[in-house]
Parts: sequence; C-alpha cells; structure tokens
Amino acid sequence: MTEPGKAEMRWQRKDLLGIRELSAEEIVFLLDTADAFKEVGTREIKKVPALRGKTLVNFFVEPSTRTRTSFELAAIRLSADVINISASSSSLIKGETLKDTAKILEAYHADLIVLRHSSSGAPQFLAERLASSIINAGDGAHEHPTQALLDLYTIRSRKGAIAGLHAVIIGDILFSRVARSNIFGLLKLGARVTLVGPSTLVPREFEKLGVTVTHKIDDVLETADVVNLLRIQHERQRKEYFPGIGEYVRLFGLTKERGKRLKPDCLIMHPGPINRGVEIDSDLADGAQSVILEQVTNGLAVRMAVLYLCGGIAT
Amino acid sequence: MKPNALSSSQSSLTAPVMDAAAIDRALRRIAHEIIERNPELGSVILAGIPSRGVAVARRLADIIESLGKTRVATGAIDVSMHRDDVGTRAELPRVQASTLPLPLEGKTVIIVDDVFFTGRTVRAAMDAISSFGRPARIQLAALIDRGHRELPIRGDYVGKNLPTAPDEKVRLRLQDVDAEPDAVWLIKEKTA
Repeated sequence: MTEPGKAEMRWQRKDLLGIRELSAEEIVFLLDTADAFKEVGTREIKKVPALRGKTLVNFFVEPSTRTRTSFELAAIRLSADVINISASSSSLIKGETLKDTAKILEAYHADLIVLRHSSSGAPQFLAERLASSIINAGDGAHEHPTQALLDLYTIRSRKGAIAGLHAVIIGDILFSRVARSNIFGLLKLGARVTLVGPSTLVPREFEKLGVTVTHKIDDVLETADVVNLLRIQHERQRKEYFPGIGEYVRLFGLTKERGKRLKPDCLIMHPGPINRGVEIDSDLADGAQSVILEQVTNGLAVRMAVLYLCGGIAT
Repeated sequence: MKPNALSSSQSSLTAPVMDAAAIDRALRRIAHEIIERNPELGSVILAGIPSRGVAVARRLADIIESLGKTRVATGAIDVSMHRDDVGTRAELPRVQASTLPLPLEGKTVIIVDDVFFTGRTVRAAMDAISSFGRPARIQLAALIDRGHRELPIRGDYVGKNLPTAPDEKVRLRLQDVDAEPDAVWLIKEKTA
C-alpha cells in the first residue's frame, strides 16, 4: 500500500519489450501486482475474469516449453482465449516474413501477442506496427523481461528488499538475454551486480553497464546474497567461446565444495533447464538454498500481472 | 466506479457535507445495525474494498468491539480483476491482494465500501468473494450511498444517503488512509 497522501502510480504501457526501458517505479508496480496475482493461486477458484473475451496468441518462433506453458496457464487463469503457434507450425519456415505474419495475427484481432524470437528487436518491430499488446518472451540475445521480473520477485519475496544485495550472475552472459534483463532490473532496484564467467563469454565490456566483471568464481562466493546460474547454451556455443565441459565445471561450476563457502542464506537460482553437474551440482540444485522451483511458481504470478496490465489497457 | 481523487485545493473551496463527528456517528449507527441483525457476530466477516473500504471495515470492527462485543474478523477484497470495464481505461491502478479469513462456508460476509454508487464495484466484489468459497450470505455496508445505481443492488447498512447529481463527485478523506482529517465533500465536476 502507498504511504498516506502519496500520489499513486498508474500503469500505462500496452507492451512489455524489455526491462531497460522500465523505471524502478514501474518494476516495483509489476512486482506488487504479481503479489496480488499470487494470491489468486491460493483461492478455491484460481481463475479471474480479468481478460474475458480477449484473445492471446503465444507466438513462439524459437522452441520453448516452460515459458510458453507459463504464459498459457497465466492467460487461462485470466480467462483469455489462447492460441499457440510454434516455429514448426508457422508459415515463417515456408518463407513468410515477420511483417506478413504480424498482419495475419492482426487480422485475427489478437489482443495480446506473446513473442519468442531468435532475432533481437523482433517484439519491438511488431509493437511499432500492431495495435495489439506485444509481450517479449525472449528475443535473441537481447532481453527476456518476464524471466528477470520473476527472478526479482523471487529475490524480493525471500530477502524482503533488493536494494543493497550483492547479486552474482554466473555463466554465459554474452549470449544471455536472461542475464541482460536481470542486470538492468537488479541495478535499477539498487543491487550490486557481479558477472562471472570465462572472458570469452563475459567480456569486460559489460562493466559499462555498471556491473563488476570477474573471471574467478572464488572471488564472489563469500559475499554473494544471490547466485543466479545461467545454463550453458550448448546449442548456441561455438567452440572458440567455450573451454569444454570439464574445464568449465572446474573453473566456473557451482560445485559442492564451492557451495559450502556461500553464506547460509545465499539464494541459489537458475532459469532452467538445468544441466546438472555442469553449471550446478545436482544436490545443490535440490538443496535448502535453492529457489529454482519457487521461480517457476512465481513466474506464473508475474506473467499474470504482465498480461493483466498490458492487456487491460485501452488500445 | 470510484470517485476520482481531486486536488485538495479544489476541495478547500467548499464546506464538507460530513465532518469527522458526522462520519463517526454514521459508522456507529452501522455498527449497531450489524450487531442487531447478526446475533452470531463470530460468523461475520467485514470485507473492505481497498483502500478506504478496508479502513472503514477496520473502524466498524473497532466500534463493535468497543461496545463490549467480540472482535469481528476483517479482510480486504480487491475487485480489480473482476471489473467489467477491462480494456476501456488508459491507465490501471495498483491491484492489491485480497485477504479473507477462510473458509467462508457458513459465514456472513459484509462487503464494506466507502461510497456506494453504480453498484458495479459491489457486483465485482461479490464475484471475487465467490472465488474464495460459498458464504451463507453476503451483505453490503457503505458509509455513503450517493444513488445512480446501474445494477439491481441495494445496501443493507448505509451511513448516509447523499443525493447527488451524476456530474458531481464525492470526495472522502480518512485520517488512517490519507493522513488528512476525516471529511466528505460534494464537488461539482468542472465542465471544460
């Protein structure tokens, strides 16, 4: 609740394209809204009529199961009608341009389009051309805003606040839209951020964003309040960037021994899917400090909040 | 649905139609009526609509307790997700989590609103309550009834009937929500 007498912020965006363009106040507004939607998940009837009569298109040009499922369940709980289009069923592979596909979606009067695309900027492209609300579900190596929001939500619900925390992101930062969105969000809410990984995947260039870069995981274990382990994306890796699995585990893996050096209340996070034994030890992934499954539950509440706010605005 | 907040400079132009003492009297009358009509106060839940309805519900519980009765359970019921005007507003206010003491089965849930107007907020509140369970009955208490109903809904407990024109606004301030003294104003909407 707002302090007495203080002017209330109101939500005014129809699209969610990235965390970079959001203000700290907007991020907090989204997290507060997610709190309200998390409560809906505890009701006897876990469905509200907020988006009744609206049509949502889950448009996933790049494969994804968990993000698509999360958006789909979020939309169903808001009473929207949902259509799923995946890369294999899409005309894009038959040579249709994104612009033409967009026009088709518009002709169906889709109120919300959730887009996962391999090209950075694809959601922006659609948002500039369509009246529909566009929600970025991951575009290339650019942003994955709802993942960052659910990570921030999970941290806030466990730690009470984000300002002043030391958040460490480990792994393939260069190719990671999750890392990018997390960096923007964490910094805006006042956390200190350190990136860890091989110099090929975590170039010093990132320090321009206001984070610290290190290539030694042992430097950060004792001071971290949160460690967010990113999946090593085999499918995106080219050999020259990557030292090899064994070497990666030895230099950057959160092994059992390294786990012991973390603060007892340090949160272990992972956006999934986990490569057990690579970026994280299997027991640590299932251990008391792990909030990996909470992230999934919170993802649903965060996506309900995003769909409710962006889809509920007059367009 | 709700009277819009206006700047305090506008409100200072007119005298309030209810001051703190009048608001307190109206709440006491409602509290007495709730006690009369509900011998089983232990099964009553006062569910306020945020944010001023929640404050009104809490005050009603305080008054009932001060009259030597049991402490009535209170909660909050946010109606944002249950409104019927989705997609028609250019900006959306903050949604708050609803908190009701569960289960609702066998209970009397009294919806508590500050200003009772079209009835659409109350309809949304009834819809929200039913997603938590099936209370024995739902009643409605409002500090002010300003008329202009758009749905077949009536109040069970009304603090003050305030005849208004459709283009007027009811501006309520409560100390515990707004950090301003309790008062109600009737304000002519400026026709620009």
